[in-house]
Amino acid sequence: MSSVAAGGPQGCLAQNEWLCGTYLRTRQSELLDATVEHIWITALSVTIALLIALPLAVAARRWRAARAPALGVTTVLYTIPSLAMFALLLPVFGLSAAVVVTGLVLYSLTVLVRNILAGLDAVPAEAREAAQGMGYGPGRLLLEVELPLALPALLAGVRIATVTAVSLTTIGAIVGYGGLGNLIYDGMESYFKAQVLTASAICVVLAIVADLLLLWLQRALTPWTRVRTRKRAARAPSGPSGPSAPSAPSAPSAASAQDLVGKAG
Amino acid sequence: MGIFGDVWVWLATGSHWTGDGGVLQRLGEHIYLTGVCLLLSCAIALPLALWLGHVGRGGALAVNLSNAGRAVPTFAVLVLLSMGPLGKYGDWATIVALVLFALPPLLTNAYTGVREADREVVEAARGMGMTGRQLLRQVELPLALPLIMTGVQTAAVQLVATATLAALPGGGGLGRLITAGFGNYDTAQVVAGALLVAVLALLVERTLTLAERLLDPMRRRPARRPTSV
Repeated sequence: MSSVAAGGPQGCLAQNEWLCGTYLRTRQSELLDATVEHIWITALSVTIALLIALPLAVAARRWRAARAPALGVTTVLYTIPSLAMFALLLPVFGLSAAVVVTGLVLYSLTVLVRNILAGLDAVPAEAREAAQGMGYGPGRLLLEVELPLALPALLAGVRIATVTAVSLTTIGAIVGYGGLGNLIYDGMESYFKAQVLTASAICVVLAIVADLLLLWLQRALTPWTRVRTRKRAARAPSGPSGPSAPSAPSAPSAASAQDLVGKAG
Repeated sequence: MGIFGDVWVWLATGSHWTGDGGVLQRLGEHIYLTGVCLLLSCAIALPLALWLGHVGRGGALAVNLSNAGRAVPTFAVLVLLSMGPLGKYGDWATIVALVLFALPPLLTNAYTGVREADREVVEAARGMGMTGRQLLRQVELPLALPLIMTGVQTAAVQLVATATLAALPGGGGLGRLITAGFGNYDTAQVVAGALLVAVLALLVERTLTLAERLLDPMRRRPARRPTSV
């Protein structure tokens, strides 16, 4: 027995071990397909949710009467457990990916509407009045002043929604469209440890990578938030190299490293 | 629209409610799982968070735990634990998984609540000669209570949802109605089970929001906001 576990190339599969290099090698294409399905379900859901959430949040901001219903409905939707949500959508769409995508869109909506609204609420009245004084109409005010200023809050919402969607996509396995969740589900039924652990691990990695990519996008799209960090870093007494060139690029990279540690822990 | 009729018929059939694996048994399991895990996770998280908030340490941990909890799929943890060594001890794999996912909202909210208790009030209390224990019990805890209750509410809703998923690796609870319905290609049962789960989750959320309002020690005070700003 022990010789098989130690040396045989089929060893870890036959022994049903948690970690198995043979599994990774032999099921590469299966893992890749599941990962691709996982990514497109997540990406599609968050994109659709963003397209719906933007006008919804803008409407809730413009018309006070729309605010309470928009927030109320999305909160109720968020309270419904994922398995129940997918099950409730089953008679509408049948056994299809639309069940999973629609469920994830509804969850992401909650996060996005709340964050975009908070971002729009936080736009300083001075900025708005200055733009109005310069002759900006409501459309231009929204596109050129309010939305850019709400962008950090919006992107923070996209990050939360995406990471949540990556994790919730696994439940889609109940209708057969769960990406890596399908492998976890099958692995559970056949008691295949390596498959369950590998698929779970890829899922977590996917969530972290998506979060870091969006963090990078957030930094790239909202350079003014980084200027503030730089100033703070320059003012800090710990900088040994002074306020000149070397300290400036180091500030953002230090911040992203901090975030990485947080996600991994 | 025939499905609504089917769901109604399913729910109106008495034999689906009583007996082995009926709605009442599954509801009982669900409430038991949620309740036990809520008590356990509160017993672990609240003292720890209150103490960390009181001494002002571990803030990064309390905040990052929520982010980490979001990235880890609940389903994966449930399956991994039920297949691991804990799986031999009946419900324990499920209970551990549920508690793990209830901890982050409890820790984060209770910690933030204590940390953000009005520092002037805390300093004043300390100046009056209160000991650390008195300060925590008579000043910081009451001030943090609204946020602690928000954490409890979030954790409870999370627990109801996770307990539903516990049915996938073969645990009890209302989720079993859904998975059994999928197994029999019985859409009416799937939707009926989902409706019951959704109603339970919303009921738990509403009840705790109400409890939050009733328990808030500041609710009878006149609004102080205009003067404090």
